[in-house]
Amino acid sequence: MSWRARNHPNFWAFAVHRLSGLLLAIFLPFHFWALGTAITGAARLDAFLAWSEQPLVKLAEVGLVTLLALHLTGGLRLLAIELLAWRDWQKTAVSLSAGVSLAVGLLFLLNIF
Amino acid sequence: MSARGDTWLWILQRASALVLAFAVLVHIVTIIYAVRHGLSAAAILLRTAGDPWWLGFYLIFVAAAALHAGIGMRVIMREWTPWRGRSLDFAALLLALGTLAAGWRAALGLFA
Repeated sequence: MSWRARNHPNFWAFAVHRLSGLLLAIFLPFHFWALGTAITGAARLDAFLAWSEQPLVKLAEVGLVTLLALHLTGGLRLLAIELLAWRDWQKTAVSLSAGVSLAVGLLFLLNIF
Repeated sequence: MSARGDTWLWILQRASALVLAFAVLVHIVTIIYAVRHGLSAAAILLRTAGDPWWLGFYLIFVAAAALHAGIGMRVIMREWTPWRGRSLDFAALLLALGTLAAGWRAALGLFA
């Protein structure tokens, strides 16, 4: 398949959904393990929280929440295509606008708090 | 795996996605609430410890996420690598069970 054939909203939706899913699946066990270990004591949890105050860690957190929002909205798009009888142009328009707006909204929320 | 087994995995992937769509929204709202109300160990544990509803929510959330990640990784491996067969099925199951165990451990530590 040529890159011209791939340069299409539906291909990019697929690529973003797959990449965000892959990264989230790799991240998830580490997230659970770090949290499960940190909460074995208040002191350990506070040390973990102090570590997470670093700008780079905060930046990574915004990245993770964005990945989650992207995968969530991309997944809603997939479910709509597979489970609802919508017409093609509606699916694309609705999913793109919903996906982008939710991702932007979440980013905004994270930034102001 | 048989075609029938693959069909069941497809259905399970969609079913877990429906659970996750709701749970992820709740989780993101919870994150924002937690950040606004103080991220200290004492503040977090005071809000979470001994709450059976949040424990139940996160046990279900983790189970859906672990299942969804295992099935999703199996699909990605099959489409992007030559890896097939029982060893791949086993590895995907191991990933799902490992994620489940680590996630339940964290949920029990926070909410039980």
